[in-house]
Amino acid sequence: MVNSPIMQMFARSPFKPMQEHIIKAQASAAELIPFFDAVIANDWNTASECQHRIAVIEGEADDMKRDIRQRLPASIFLPVPRTDLLDLLRMQDKIANRAKDIAGLMLGRQMQIPEPIQDELRELLRTALQTIEQAVLALSELDELLAAGFRGHEVDIVERLITELDRLEHKTDEHERELRASLFRVERDLWPIDVMFLYQIIQWVGDLANRAQQVGSRLQLLLAR
Amino acid sequence: MEIIAQYGTIMVVMACIFGFFMAWGVGANDVANAMGTSVGSRALTLKQAILIAILFEFAGAYLAGGAVTDTIRKGIIEPSMLSANPELLVFGMMASLLAAGIWLLIATHFGWPVSTTHSIVGAIVGFAAVGISMEAVHWNKVGNIVASWVVSPVTAGVIAFFLFRSVQKLILDTENPFANAKRYVPMYIFLVGFIIAMVTFTKGLKHVGLHLSWGESAAVSVLIGLVTMGIGIFMQRGIKLDPEANRDFHFTSVEKVFGVLMMFTACAMAFAHGSNDVANAVGPLAAIVGIVNAGGEVAQKAAMPAWILLLGGAGIVAGLVMYGHKVIATVGQNITELTPSRGFAATLAAASTVVVASGTGLPISTTHTLVGAVLGVGLARGMAALNLRVVGTIFVSWIVTLPAGAILSIMFFFMLKGMFS
Repeated sequence: MVNSPIMQMFARSPFKPMQEHIIKAQASAAELIPFFDAVIANDWNTASECQHRIAVIEGEADDMKRDIRQRLPASIFLPVPRTDLLDLLRMQDKIANRAKDIAGLMLGRQMQIPEPIQDELRELLRTALQTIEQAVLALSELDELLAAGFRGHEVDIVERLITELDRLEHKTDEHERELRASLFRVERDLWPIDVMFLYQIIQWVGDLANRAQQVGSRLQLLLAR
Repeated sequence: MEIIAQYGTIMVVMACIFGFFMAWGVGANDVANAMGTSVGSRALTLKQAILIAILFEFAGAYLAGGAVTDTIRKGIIEPSMLSANPELLVFGMMASLLAAGIWLLIATHFGWPVSTTHSIVGAIVGFAAVGISMEAVHWNKVGNIVASWVVSPVTAGVIAFFLFRSVQKLILDTENPFANAKRYVPMYIFLVGFIIAMVTFTKGLKHVGLHLSWGESAAVSVLIGLVTMGIGIFMQRGIKLDPEANRDFHFTSVEKVFGVLMMFTACAMAFAHGSNDVANAVGPLAAIVGIVNAGGEVAQKAAMPAWILLLGGAGIVAGLVMYGHKVIATVGQNITELTPSRGFAATLAAASTVVVASGTGLPISTTHTLVGAVLGVGLARGMAALNLRVVGTIFVSWIVTLPAGAILSIMFFFMLKGMFS
């Protein structure tokens, strides 16, 4: 029987799983593109399949989150504050949750997207997904940050990535505002309740970008000490 | 006196067997802790690690193991108390070997992380204090030894912290880590060669018949450092920046350069381990042989015969070859999160601390020192995730091991005494 304190001392690193988790979250959000296409085309079979895929991926992300948490009891010593890391994880997970919310609501109400705002909605989703991609890019530096000991040149690289992330989130905000204005112009011709939920969806798509940005700012917090 | 004249040979043979068995245990179990970081960081293959361990454990035991062996042999017990009946010392030392050996077997069976050093020191103090008298123990010396068990992990931790910080400053946190790695790693290699050589030349080697002044030692050590540096530069010459491997993880090529450095620190670690831990096995043996050879005189002046250290070294190598390689493989496979840049800082810090302790004649625990060093790198934000519960387990193992070794050796002491008289 092998019993070495040296061996017991090394716990499994949470950093690689963190990176895998945000990639999972991104994958669930990315499924919204075919989902939106199907919704706009009024193809509810395909939309339902997409929604199912999103739910499955979101469930996988949840499992990964739980697994990471379980491996981080308070007796684990990390190079960054443990609570900040868990906070970052929570934010990452919220991206997948919101993607699932969006798909669930749109499918449940079989929402019709009025023609005048279809392109703008697609554009909003694209920029929101870009923001998430940027967050993934920033997170992909996590193993390099670890290798460098969360100091020096690597930190500058990550800071630059986060600045770009903030810019993208800002861009998404602008799109969101424009889309609201467009919807406002046509809302009189639509069912009021449908319009309410359309506003809701617009906000939620914007949330995807917000949460990606939150991931970035949590990552920044990790480096801030 | 008659007892020794009558049973002298059989006592020496028995002591040799016990001592060899203890050394075997050190090779089978403890070497894995010393080599695990090197195998775990994948700087060495298993075969290379075993080869290095065989060579350098033996070299460390033979060349630099003398001082600690002397401490175990005659530093803990006041010999003047025993001049009337020296056979008690023989029984006691045999009892200590038996006690430590059996305690280690029990602990290994249940999977407790106990230290060979603590077992043997506990055993010797135990039989001397109870079997002879409280005054027979050099309590201030024992106090120093126990203090060194706290000081050594802390020292190794501090060294490791600053070593890793220097690696960050000079290499990892710069714009071009690869170029800087190639520039600075040879200097670390020089440091490895120099420290080990310096301690060995100033503190060991007396029994090999080599007497050098401090200045001569320093000069020779610088030379040895330069030679190791030369070998290192030669070895890392072939490592090129590999953009393909670096795409996914930017430090891949840099870590390769550190891999070369890690080979040298692995040698240093094996050497340090051999120099400190061989004493646990052969220190009591040396005491017994000393008394029997002197025909019952508790001869303190007599130099220790070199064959004792050779026997210890051989025992370690035997344990390593027969069983230790499996343990090294297991430990190495389980340390997957360690990269060579960290492994090097932790191992070099531990090796330096242990080798200095060996030179000073302090028996310390290599494993605990290495744990301290790894924590030091962790405090410099160098480790992904460390399980701090290990520190608690180590403290518990101390508290249990000292009395356990003592009680067992007291038992064996009175048994042997009864059997021979």
